[in-house]
Amino acid sequence: MSKTLRINGKTHQVDLPDDVPLLWVLRDELGMTGTKFGCGVAACGACTVQVDGEAMRSCQLSLGDVEGDVTTIEGLGTPDNLAAIQTAWVEHQVAQCGYCQSGQIMQAASLLAENPAPSDADIDEAMQGNLCRCGTYPRIRAAIHSAAKMMQEA
Amino acid sequence: MASFKKIARRSFLVGSAAILGGVAFGTYKYHQPAPNPLEPAAGKAVLNPFVFVDQSGVTLIAPRAEMGQGVRTSWAALIAEELDVDPGKVTVLHGPAAKAYYNSAMMGEVLPGRGYNNSSFQHSLGQVVGHTAKFFDLQVTGGSSSMKDGFERMRRAGASARETLKEAAAQKLGVSRALLETKDGQVLAPDGVTLSYAELAADAAKIDAQEVELRPASQWKYIGKTVPRVDMVAKVTGTAGFGVDTRVEGMKFAAIKQSPYFGAGKRSFDASAAQDMPGVEAILDLGDAVAVVGSNTWLAQQAVDAIEVDWEAPSYPETTDAIFAEIAQAFDGSPNSTMRDDGDVEAALPEGAEVIEAEYQLPYLAHATMEPMNATALYTGDALQIWAPNQGPTVVQQAAADLTGLSKDTIQVHTTYLGGGFGRRIEVDYTNRAVQIAQQMKGTPVQLTWSREEDMSHDYFRPGAIARYRAAVKDGQAVMVHGKIAAQSTTREAAGRMLGLPMSGPDKGHVDAAFNQPLAIPSFRVEGYLAKPMIPVGFWRSVAASFNGFFSDSIIDEMAHKAGRDPLEFRLELARAEWEPAAKVLETVREMSGWSGTTPDGIGRGVAMVYSFGTPVAQVIEVADQDGQIRITKAWIAADLGLAVDPQNIEAQMFGGLAYGLSAACFGEITFDGGAVEQENFPDYDAMRMPSMPQVEVAVLQNQKHMGGAGEPGTPPAAPALANAIFDLTGQRARRLPLMHDFDLLI
Ligand code: FES
Ligand code: FES
Repeated sequence: MSKTLRINGKTHQVDLPDDVPLLWVLRDELGMTGTKFGCGVAACGACTVQVDGEAMRSCQLSLGDVEGDVTTIEGLGTPDNLAAIQTAWVEHQVAQCGYCQSGQIMQAASLLAENPAPSDADIDEAMQGNLCRCGTYPRIRAAIHSAAKMMQEA
Repeated sequence: MASFKKIARRSFLVGSAAILGGVAFGTYKYHQPAPNPLEPAAGKAVLNPFVFVDQSGVTLIAPRAEMGQGVRTSWAALIAEELDVDPGKVTVLHGPAAKAYYNSAMMGEVLPGRGYNNSSFQHSLGQVVGHTAKFFDLQVTGGSSSMKDGFERMRRAGASARETLKEAAAQKLGVSRALLETKDGQVLAPDGVTLSYAELAADAAKIDAQEVELRPASQWKYIGKTVPRVDMVAKVTGTAGFGVDTRVEGMKFAAIKQSPYFGAGKRSFDASAAQDMPGVEAILDLGDAVAVVGSNTWLAQQAVDAIEVDWEAPSYPETTDAIFAEIAQAFDGSPNSTMRDDGDVEAALPEGAEVIEAEYQLPYLAHATMEPMNATALYTGDALQIWAPNQGPTVVQQAAADLTGLSKDTIQVHTTYLGGGFGRRIEVDYTNRAVQIAQQMKGTPVQLTWSREEDMSHDYFRPGAIARYRAAVKDGQAVMVHGKIAAQSTTREAAGRMLGLPMSGPDKGHVDAAFNQPLAIPSFRVEGYLAKPMIPVGFWRSVAASFNGFFSDSIIDEMAHKAGRDPLEFRLELARAEWEPAAKVLETVREMSGWSGTTPDGIGRGVAMVYSFGTPVAQVIEVADQDGQIRITKAWIAADLGLAVDPQNIEAQMFGGLAYGLSAACFGEITFDGGAVEQENFPDYDAMRMPSMPQVEVAVLQNQKHMGGAGEPGTPPAAPALANAIFDLTGQRARRLPLMHDFDLLI
């Protein structure tokens, strides 16, 4: 039941039952609290991380099934060194309570990696699993468009 | 002049929160400052409860719950306005639970009167009455009150701190204070010498606080401008500490199972299946609940799920139908309030008047904050620490004192960021649960996180409500509106629960946004009826305005159509005759949306205007028929806050309020079967998502004299504007919510 995980470029050894979801390994075992718990049933996206670049709901991914490199919000950028997408989020003052935003950003980052110039319809499609009870959607949309521009210009 | 004491006393007896005990306490002591909770240390100047300065710089205390509304930034900006610091460059903290941080504005709301037409006299009376909150330690965030509450107080704190620092510099430099200026955290002397606030801290600590006049509006640098949110970078990097992110040395994780029946205890439980599950460290009997403490939240949750409990039976009507039958019975009694009674609704109607009779029904609703209920507690026998995303630190503290028998001064409450509040986190059930667990785990900090299922089914719900309206129009004009509203009383039930004070008298909150709509209708009566307590009810973003806004605007829309009038023009005429700012928000959405009164085939438009929490808000919503399904495509919002402290932030509150209202209008309902809540998680309590959210445009106006709230007033007009748009599209009137039962919504 000991397992090696690669998260944000670092290796972690964890000793937990195989069925513990990655979300709870990150939060309660490794102290990486940026990834949030919202529903536990794949219905809100607050727990979104990337595995080999693909957005995944970490509440649904058992420790035993994690294969590949995990990226969490902590691995995307830091307060002193924001990723372009985070800069766009700050520019548009997206967050309200902020609780859903780690998941929103991880989902949007994986959209942009696949599709550097998403249309509104692409954004609808990619982001529909990410709930925001504060209703920040208009600014998320604007920030994704800005980030796409920034990343293309970079 | 009659003493304020007397007037306030009388007002308390009339207003709904007579309750809050002002009667017993009076207001005579209101101007005595509460003790400063910040303890000065060597070299650190605690200039007042909101500003302290030490060698490392300036720290501002914004003791209001940051739940997304931007209060931490706005309060910091108000202090900074006078203190001459950049809010982005200072530390802003929430601070401890303390009397000094009472909410002075919320109590003012209990005064009788419609709000929009209050005289300045009533407003200043409101301020005086507001100070009585201090007696009840009400350090709470709610009622869209933070800006009204902080606007003067925070600027005064900043000004006094600035002058005290200047005085310290004056003494040090041997020049008159009047010759000194301040800028960007420094005092500037005429000879070019600069002293940073940090350098002056030690000296300033020895000087009495100085008071000065506040700067005039013409000199404002931050007020009225957009100030970047001080919490934004943390929130986009996953580094903002929410309640669930609390990590304390040696901390364990807990999960809980509470009775599916409100107020019901348990007979017995069998935890044998849970005992040997991995990660389980303790199984706790909490009397009317069970909990598991373990090494990991998920493992604790699996174990608590495996515990079998025999619960006592519910003692209230067990099905949604039975509950609503009980609510309807309230109409058979006498009204609790008749807060508006213009003209004579019982007089014979003029010949040719057309009558509308409508019954509307809205469901119970859960708050469903993104961050589920949680709290962390450490009990050591003679002291207690609580970390919680809460809207009322002193309320949490008091409840914990009652529960443990500890005195309040041994209980420390740390307020984290809140992953949504919406009124849910003004309750203390979730902090009490963490305290109960901590008491059995002496010396070990424990974090309790509720599952989403637990969170959704154990809320203090927005009450279900029924309205019966009778209205008449003639020759295109409104003649009469008579509305009766029945629901459980949020204010009464919460006052009893939180303050232990029984309440009597008319409940103004219950009919808010029904009786006080700024519309001139010759005969206009609104009666409130209180249903008996059944389901736990609480404050849900915009409280009773969340249902009354729907009732009172829907009937106006029905009247407009019956009268053969354009619904926007009809409202505009009624608003103009009553209160100009309400007319202005309607005119603004008319311009913004290019409202013409007609829409192409396959498109529907609806308008609504609701006045609540001091702010009139008009919304136009557009819907489109997409292959037989209804899609919400656009929304235009105009809100008049009198003085808009931070327009960009207000814009966010407006579209956020809209999203919250639309979510409820389309999908929100909590139903009951066998006494238990039927909804469990987001799949059966869904909300607006990226594809369903309309494009939104917001206009923030500043026409009215008084300062309105921002967090709540955006919610009430959303449901009626949408229902009116759907009527325009389909010809079918929505008299109940959620709309998903009667319409095919594209989601
Ligand atoms: S917590 Fe994983 S999707 Fe909600
Ligand atoms: S910002 Fe609060 S839930 Fe999205």
